This record gives sequence, C-alpha cells and structure tokens, in this order.
Amino acid sequence: MKGFIYRLGIPRFIIILFLILLMIFAIYLDIPLSGLITDILVRFGMNAILVLSMVPGIQSGIGLNFNIPLGIICGLIGALISVEFQLTGFVGLFASILIAAPLAGITGFFYGKMLNRVKGQEMTVGNYVGYSVVSFMCIFWLLAPFKSPELIWAYGGSGLRVTVSLESSIRHVLNDFLAFNIGSIRIPTGLMLFFAVFAFVIWLYSRSNKGLSMIVAGSNEKFALSNGIDVDRERIKGTIMSTILASIGIIVYSQAFGFLQLYNAPLYSAMPAAAAILIGGASIKRANIFHVIMGTILFQSLLVVALPVINVIAEGSMSEVIRIIVSNGIILYALTREEELA
Amino acid sequence: MIVPIIFLIICIVGSFFTGLPFGFLLNEMVIRLSRNLLLVMSLILPVITGLGLNFAITLGAIAGQIALIIITNYTIGGFKGFILSIILSTPFAILFGYLVGRILDKARGKEMITSMVLGFFANGIYQLVFLLFAGTIIPIRNKELLLASGIGIKNTVDLANIKYSLDYLIPFHKIDIGLFKSLGKYPITTYLVLFLFFLLLNFLLKTKLGQDMRAVGQDLEIARVSGINVRRTRIISVIISTVLAAWGQIIFLQNIGTMQTYASHEQVGLFAVASLLVGGATIDRASWKEALIGTFLFHFLFVISPLAGQNLLGNAQIGEYFRAFVAYGVIGLALVLHAWEKDKVKTRLKDLPN
Repeated sequence: MKGFIYRLGIPRFIIILFLILLMIFAIYLDIPLSGLITDILVRFGMNAILVLSMVPGIQSGIGLNFNIPLGIICGLIGALISVEFQLTGFVGLFASILIAAPLAGITGFFYGKMLNRVKGQEMTVGNYVGYSVVSFMCIFWLLAPFKSPELIWAYGGSGLRVTVSLESSIRHVLNDFLAFNIGSIRIPTGLMLFFAVFAFVIWLYSRSNKGLSMIVAGSNEKFALSNGIDVDRERIKGTIMSTILASIGIIVYSQAFGFLQLYNAPLYSAMPAAAAILIGGASIKRANIFHVIMGTILFQSLLVVALPVINVIAEGSMSEVIRIIVSNGIILYALTREEELA
Repeated sequence: MIVPIIFLIICIVGSFFTGLPFGFLLNEMVIRLSRNLLLVMSLILPVITGLGLNFAITLGAIAGQIALIIITNYTIGGFKGFILSIILSTPFAILFGYLVGRILDKARGKEMITSMVLGFFANGIYQLVFLLFAGTIIPIRNKELLLASGIGIKNTVDLANIKYSLDYLIPFHKIDIGLFKSLGKYPITTYLVLFLFFLLLNFLLKTKLGQDMRAVGQDLEIARVSGINVRRTRIISVIISTVLAAWGQIIFLQNIGTMQTYASHEQVGLFAVASLLVGGATIDRASWKEALIGTFLFHFLFVISPLAGQNLLGNAQIGEYFRAFVAYGVIGLALVLHAWEKDKVKTRLKDLPN
C-alpha cells in the first residue's frame, strides 16, 4: 500500500481521495450522476488538447509552457476571421484551424528562438512574455478592423466584444458530430475522436526517430550534443508544436463552450492546463499521452463534481477557490520535488 | 541604466498629452511614492541573497491584511489601531516568510516561478479562510465585516478608522508657520518612517548577516565552503522581506482607506517587481536607488497612461491596457535581457583557450 501511494505521488493520492469523497456526497445529495458524467466527458474533450500542448514543451526541455496564451491568441484570431467571413459548421472549424495553425507556427518559432537564449529561466520568462502578449493583444482587440455585427459591440462602443457568441457559426460542431446517448449519458463522439487523432499523432511522433531525439535533447542536453543532436533546434521544434496545439486547443474549447473569450481571458489558461498534466503524473522533465488523459479526467471531474456539491454545502465561489488551490498546489509540488533522473 | 531612461522619456512625453498641470502630477506622485515605496524596498534583500525577485511578497501583504481585519473586528482605530496592526501582522509575516523560505530553498534555480505560484496558492488559501471559515469557524464580532449571509468577509472593508493615521501623525498643518503649513499636505511622517527603514536596511547590509547574504548571492558553493549556513541565510532574507511587505501593505492601505479584501494583495508582487525593474534593477542587483527611481517612474506612468490614452487615441481603455502591457512587458524584458547577458558571459568563458 505504501509503495502504491509512493508511486502515485502524495498529491495525486489526496486528489483521488477527495474526488471519491465528493462523488459519495453527490450520490448522497441525489445529484444525477448521468448529468455529471456527461459534463465530465464534454469538459474532458474541451480541455484535452490544451493539456496535450504541454507535452511537446516538457519533452523538448523547456518545461511547462506557461506561454500557451501565445498559441491561444493565434487560435482566437483564426476563429474571429472565420466568423467575420460567416463560415459555419465544419468549414468554419477547419478554416479557423487552417488560419490559426500557421500563425501559431510562426510565433512559436520566434518564441522558441527567444527561449534558447534564456535557458534555465524558461518558465518565468514564458509566463511574463505570455502576460505581456495578452495585454498587448487587448489593445489589438480594441482597434482590430473587424466588421461583422456578431463581433463588435452593437451600440457605439469601440472594438470587439468581450465574449463573442458562436451560436450561428461553429458552436458544438464537434460535440454533436456522431453524438449518441447511452441511457441518459450523452457521448460527444466528434470531440473524443478529434482529440484521439491529435493524441495519436503526438504519440506516434514521440515513438519516431525525430521525436526520440527531441526527448533526448530535453532530458539530457550534454548527452544529446555528444550524439550529434542539435539541441536548440529540437527545443524550437517542441515550442512550435506546443504553440500550434494550443491554438487548435482553444478553437476546440470555444466551439464546445459556445463563446470566444477575448481580452484578459487567455491569461488564465496556462495554469489549469499545466496543473492537469501534473495531476496526471507528469513532472517538469517527463510527460506522455497517458499523463494528459489521466490528468484531464481527474482535474475536470474534480471541478465538475465539486461545483454542485459545494453549492449545496457552502455558497459563493467556493469551487473557484478549490480550483485555485488544487491547480497551484500541484504546480508547487512539481516545482519543489527533487528531480529524479528519468 | 537604459531602462529608466527610456521610461523617463515615455513619462515626459506622456505627461504632455494628459494636459494636466505638472504641479498636480507631482503632488500625486509624492503621495503614491510614500505608499508604495516600502513594498518595493521589501524586494531588495532577496535579490541580494540571490533568490531573484520575490513574487511571494503577496504573502506578506496577506499577513498585513489579516492584521487589518482583526483590528477592524475589534473596531480599534487611530494611530493605536495602526500600531496594533503592525504588531499583529509581524508574527503572521514571520511564519509565512519562514514557510516561503523553506519552499524556495527546495526549488533552487527555480525560485522566481515558484514564488509566483506560491503567491497564487496562498491567495487560494486566503480566500478559503475568509470566504468560508470567517463567521463559521472563526468568530467575527463586528457584524459589519461579514457578508449579508453571515459567512465570509465582505469584498470591501472600510478602514476609515485608521485612514491617514500614519501619514499625518505629526500635525504639521497645525503649526502656523508658512513652510510647515504647506508641508502639512504631504505624508511627512510616512517619509520619516521610510527614511528610518532605509537606514536600517543599510545598517543590516553592513552587519555579519548582511555580508553573509551578499556572499550567498554571489556564489552558493563558495559561501557554503567558507562556513556560511546558506539555507538559514536565505530563509532569514525571505522572512525580513515578508515582514517588510506586511508593513508596507498596511502603510499602503492606511493611505487608501478601504481594503479590497480579495483583490488588494493580488497585484502587490507584480507591481512591486515591475517598479524595481523599471528603476534599472536586475535579478541579481538591486538597491534603494533603483527602488526609489523605479517606484517613481512606474507610478508616474500609472497616473498618466489612462488620460494619455484618452487624449492620444480617443480611448481610455487603451491606456489601461497599455499600462498592464508595460507592467508585464518590463518584467519579461528584464528577465530576457538578464538571462541573455549571463549566457554571453558563459560563452565567452567557454571560448577562452585553456
């Protein structure tokens, strides 16, 4: 038992216990489980690609990529352009991705170049570069030349809306694709399939020759150098992949959520994604697809189940408080853990 | 020295566009400087000790706010209340500082990001305690502190009782001599206290402990070999920083007069760090000069940017976002430039023929 807990890691053990406790409470309080499970499935699909974007970053050695707001902004631009041209359904979705991904690739390249100059401080730098990009883009959203009435304020006001509804464009495109019900649980097949495709590609890549050299570059720089691997290049590759995944991730997230969130919203996107993959068992040096799936399920279930239970016990924004404590607690744990050599 | 000069130019150009009289801006700055300087000064010691920028002074601010909630609970006002809150905040700050020091010591090389996440984490715990426990587990006497439901502290706590209790403690405005009467408008007492802290800080750096801190900041290994208890020195440095931040937050809030229970402390770390960096400090070099210049320039920009944005681009919102962009951007830029220079030194050493 002790060995099992040790392998699981103490914080993960506490989180699982807490989750089980919440589940028992939920059953005791007669909260319909089928609704909760449907919610968990949808939120898993919504967030999984954003969490997945942490993987190439960790593998290539830049640590937790706190700068996914950069990718997210590219994704938002893609989605905004597709709404501006009134594209709907799958056309709209793929158009957004096709605009967003190259943009994210370019910004990711320059960001990766920068990170190569600040080795050892990537996470702190990434965090503040991310924040400053977000505040800079706030000015852009105010001045951007979009015309569609869906995007700009209806009466007077200047600039884009704070939240843009996707009702008439790409809302729930993936969620409803091939969706079916088991009992009263709704399975969002499209959302799951979409994540599975990306997860499979990343998994395949990490098995391939190129992926392996990226992982080696990330885990042991000197060893990689002596094997003729260009460490700086691998790090840039990892950063680009991470940024592109983040840009696609936010599009998937937004279509499930039904709204695009602009202005300060991207500020709060990196911490939950980082927390999720760490809850899944990753460290700041080692991560794989299993950690993504496990972590996203655990973290999202915790949030989904906590909300109704806590609303009965206490009132106000308690589930938000729990989110803050859990996500930052787990990141702290990962940062202070003695780094065992992988 | 390039960063402060650039900021000075932005500030001067921006202040023309606000259309405000220069005297007014200067008056505003004297007040803002008095209430923010101690918070910025609290960052100096960890920088000298080699811990980098201590974003976890948020915990110090929290300690200060806990003390303020306590004195408001017992409705103790005036200078007595102020001193009491300083005394009450100290043990909390020492405890928090000790914990922060322990945790940062475990995260050597990653202190800055860890201290930042620590600030967020502490904020979560703080919200848990004062939203859920206050009024239930923690008895609150003063019902005006609580939300309508009787659980949780209100979002804004009125500190009118201790407003200006330090700033105008010495009643210059009552002395009927021309010079003193005009001085009475300004928070002179606070400046005297700040000057005292400046002397104490300088004195501390000359003692054995201060020299140890410098040595640890220069090189951990050499300090350890020469018999300095590195861990202890680092923890003490963080404790002092946290205590100063707690007092700084109390001074800040006694000037403002109201406390945003769940927001006042959040930006403390960010703004203080940005101020220090604007003044030209780096991750391993900071002194009172940078603190003073930086606080002045950063808050000057803070005052002028909404108005300048309004007059220049026809939208005050742009000025607000520009201000946030500057705060985050200056931290990011300073970190990049610093890491860059270190990298250059390293490569130069590598290129030397053996």
